Amino acid sequence: MSEKSLPVLTAKDFASDQDVRWCPGCGDYAILNQVKKVLAKVNATRHNSVFVAGIGCSSRFPYYMSTYGFHTIHGRAPAIATGVKIANPDLNVWVVTGDGDGLSIGGNHLLHVLRRNVNVKILLFNNRIYGLTKGQYSPTSEEGKKTPSSPQGSLDLPLTPLSVALAAEASFVARCIDVDPDLAKVLERAANHKGSAFIEIYQDCNVFNHFAFRYATDKDAKEENILRLEHGKPLVFGKDRDKGIRMTSEQKPEVVKLSESGIKEDDLIFHDEHDEKLAFTLSRLRVDDGFPEPVGVFYQMDDDCYEDLLTQQIDEAIKARGVGTLEKLFNAGDVYEIEPSEVPHEQHV
Amino acid sequence: MPTESTSDSHPHQDLLSAVIRFAGDSGDGMQLAGTQFTDTSAIIGNDVATFPDYPAEIRAPAGTVPGVSGFQIHFAAEDIFTPGDAVNALVAMNPAAFKAHIDDVEPGGVVIANEDEFNKVNLRKAGYPEDYNPLDDSQYLTRYQLFKVPITRLNEEALADTGMSAKDVGRCKNMYALGVAYWLYDRPLDQTIKYLNRFFGEKKKLPKVAEANIKTLKAGYYFGETAEMFPVRYHVARAPITPGKYRKVTGAEALAMGLITAGKLADKTICYCGYPITPASNLLHALAAQRNFGVKTFQAEDEIAAVCASIGASFAGQIGVTGTSGPGFALKSEAIGLAVMTELPLIIVNVQRGGPSTGLPTKTEQSDLLQCMFGRNGDAPVVLLAPQSPGDCFDAAIEAVRIALRHMAPVCLLADGYIANGSEPWLIPDPDSFEPIPVKHPTANGQFHPYDRDENLARPWAIPGTEGLEHRIGGLEKQHITGNVSYDPENHQLMTMLRKEKIDRVARFIPDQTTFGPDSGDLLVLGWGGTFGSIHTAVARAQKKGKRVSAAHLRYLHPMPSNLGALLKRFRGVLVPELNTGQLRLLIRGRFLIDARGLNKVQGKPFLVEEIEQAIDLMLADKFGDREYLMPRHHQVKLEDQEYDFAAALAGAAQETHES
Repeated sequence: MSEKSLPVLTAKDFASDQDVRWCPGCGDYAILNQVKKVLAKVNATRHNSVFVAGIGCSSRFPYYMSTYGFHTIHGRAPAIATGVKIANPDLNVWVVTGDGDGLSIGGNHLLHVLRRNVNVKILLFNNRIYGLTKGQYSPTSEEGKKTPSSPQGSLDLPLTPLSVALAAEASFVARCIDVDPDLAKVLERAANHKGSAFIEIYQDCNVFNHFAFRYATDKDAKEENILRLEHGKPLVFGKDRDKGIRMTSEQKPEVVKLSESGIKEDDLIFHDEHDEKLAFTLSRLRVDDGFPEPVGVFYQMDDDCYEDLLTQQIDEAIKARGVGTLEKLFNAGDVYEIEPSEVPHEQHV
Repeated sequence: MPTESTSDSHPHQDLLSAVIRFAGDSGDGMQLAGTQFTDTSAIIGNDVATFPDYPAEIRAPAGTVPGVSGFQIHFAAEDIFTPGDAVNALVAMNPAAFKAHIDDVEPGGVVIANEDEFNKVNLRKAGYPEDYNPLDDSQYLTRYQLFKVPITRLNEEALADTGMSAKDVGRCKNMYALGVAYWLYDRPLDQTIKYLNRFFGEKKKLPKVAEANIKTLKAGYYFGETAEMFPVRYHVARAPITPGKYRKVTGAEALAMGLITAGKLADKTICYCGYPITPASNLLHALAAQRNFGVKTFQAEDEIAAVCASIGASFAGQIGVTGTSGPGFALKSEAIGLAVMTELPLIIVNVQRGGPSTGLPTKTEQSDLLQCMFGRNGDAPVVLLAPQSPGDCFDAAIEAVRIALRHMAPVCLLADGYIANGSEPWLIPDPDSFEPIPVKHPTANGQFHPYDRDENLARPWAIPGTEGLEHRIGGLEKQHITGNVSYDPENHQLMTMLRKEKIDRVARFIPDQTTFGPDSGDLLVLGWGGTFGSIHTAVARAQKKGKRVSAAHLRYLHPMPSNLGALLKRFRGVLVPELNTGQLRLLIRGRFLIDARGLNKVQGKPFLVEEIEQAIDLMLADKFGDREYLMPRHHQVKLEDQEYDFAAALAGAAQETHES
């Protein structure tokens, strides 16, 4: 097909006819808009795109897209998406999930879709709360968080989605913020990555957990609290780009001020998207510990996709044993012939 | 090499049928010996039915009763339907095997005991008292034809000059025992020799092991010939089997073949997504080994992921299949509800085992009927089918796919451990004899409505990748026709009724229920699934005695055949034997308001024919009284046992606790 014959779709073309029913001011709107833009940008088609979601606010996402969509059951979207890719590897499959859906009830499926490197793009909307069920603490809620189900404060230590994804052998790991323009860049890279892509998106639930990420979105404060990762570039941050992160002699990251006591950019850690250990170190940096929280692509590695390897095994099996026919199927194993009896059968009663 | 039968001067006795059981430690290779005996018997033209019985632990403590593995083969010169009630010949490789199985041997039956293993240590492991050896016990000597054969030593001697380690030599002794059994029942060795050469020689590249096994197999056979220990050899002639090409299949193999065939008939890829679980794993293995048929198999991270992946595959336009056993089915419940709601084709194979919970993983039971029928939140009907024998699994699998695709509905296939692992000869069908499975996928043509319905109330199967049919489905209630999310009360009622009616209309495609015997009479024995063989045989015997008894075996459990209600009412009584506490009986009573009575057994074992015969007699003699069901105890269905004797059981348990 020539380029010209492709219909050029715009972001609008990816909107369904359904009214969007998220709360006014929800961070999900911004993400929805960016996803539609990126699909148009990467020349995706509606009919070849599939959005699979679990349960939760974020998981209503498929209804608002004009692509194929499947709003499934709680936590299981990665498993259903895996089945879709197994059945038809040509589809572009996106999974939309949240911190509760993806890390609590569906934690197991998330680990396995990542380690298998199924070619799906996973958007984990992290608002650090259960929104749809009215505000209980989630696996990413801070310890001590008071919610209707934890009136004395949550006892759970929160987990870090990116650390989990890296430990699960994900081949593309990134973090974005709902209202940050860099979201589009990362989504585009994820769309073009061959393999499972995991993107944590800091998302503001303005009803049950408003301002959970204020430090990362506030106009005046955010550049002090986030660090924009760029492959091959030093880890510099700050409104005036005057701070950076370097590795101590004990191989621990520390925040340093540039030009103070002669520290230059060359002394800082240089981001390498293919360095798994560095990615993990970066995933551990938290504002609460005095670090900026990195955003952008933490890790990316090309690797074979599960569904392609499966197809390959089938091809190999066919090559080795020939295309299976019913004739071959039925006659495999020990086939024997019962000849018509020459003499009528006598029963030895 | 002995291939000709009756070539020696040894006295022969002709038998119409025989039942032999191989029993030993779970590492003794009894399953292999049994399988080989079966294959050979099938190839020489016997009808065969088998029952493997193995422990839940791969290697339970050696020499103990829980570690005993058994394999029973019924082979006959007539049509048979069960692996047999009483054992005519037992091969016991150690004291534990002897202890576990001796009571099943008929009086006067043959017992071949590997006397080398009846030493102090093994006798103690088997739980026999100190200084007691059952091989010296006069009660056994008088009750059975007990032959003490030093199998361990003779096998070692046969393989003395092979240079193999003692351990490897020891592993060949099952073939020695098989050789003895072959001689006793006048079977040729060539099939097993071929197998050993192929398996050990070619596949495992261990020609020496193949050679050793063949050597000891022959040594066992010649032992029978020369030792003059056995007074008589038995001969079971070939059965009047329909001429044609056959192969032996287990239910799991037949299920796999049926699914592959259905995929070809529908021109679709079978996407089988499973998670390892006994006794359903064999289906996953069978399909995984046949990827050159275009089958995609996926071992998921858990049962839920397995069913979800198969739903995803169906959504994407292929045939999603998942297989499991009871505990796994429980985990899949919510997802099956999603398939009901999204009205996607889906096949769920449940190879039932003893429950509840982990229950009896390797033993058979039929206690998931109600789970499969009702075990979902909401009113969530699915189609339920049950194959009745290992070979029938093939046809049932094709039928399941046909229904799922025609009606856009989940279909649950209720097999059980007994038929999945049991085997029987299977007449190889003509590959061109099958009706294709038609599949309709809509194409863009005006406005598309994902919840439009055809005459069967099936919705269109529009698959991702089709331009112009982009749509969204999900677990939330759908608006009729448009498929948009709807919380409208009237719409929910309509949709609930449509989902029910859609499944009910499957009955339009179901053949009328037939009976074995007249379609009216004194008693109808109504069964389903793996109990077919025992019921059929028991009813045949009752009919022979002139009793007005018929049998009906339900393949379609939901919806049921349209004529079933009228049929049941033409019999004075209805007996429902089931390997559960009365699940079909509950459905039959509820649906047809019929006073169906039950014979219910939950011992992890199939029915004995005689148990069903006894229940038939009690029903015909009006001796059931007001009892809704009876349970066989120790092979007896006695009226005095009609109430389960909890008091005695509790007292017994208390006593045991006290003693220990």
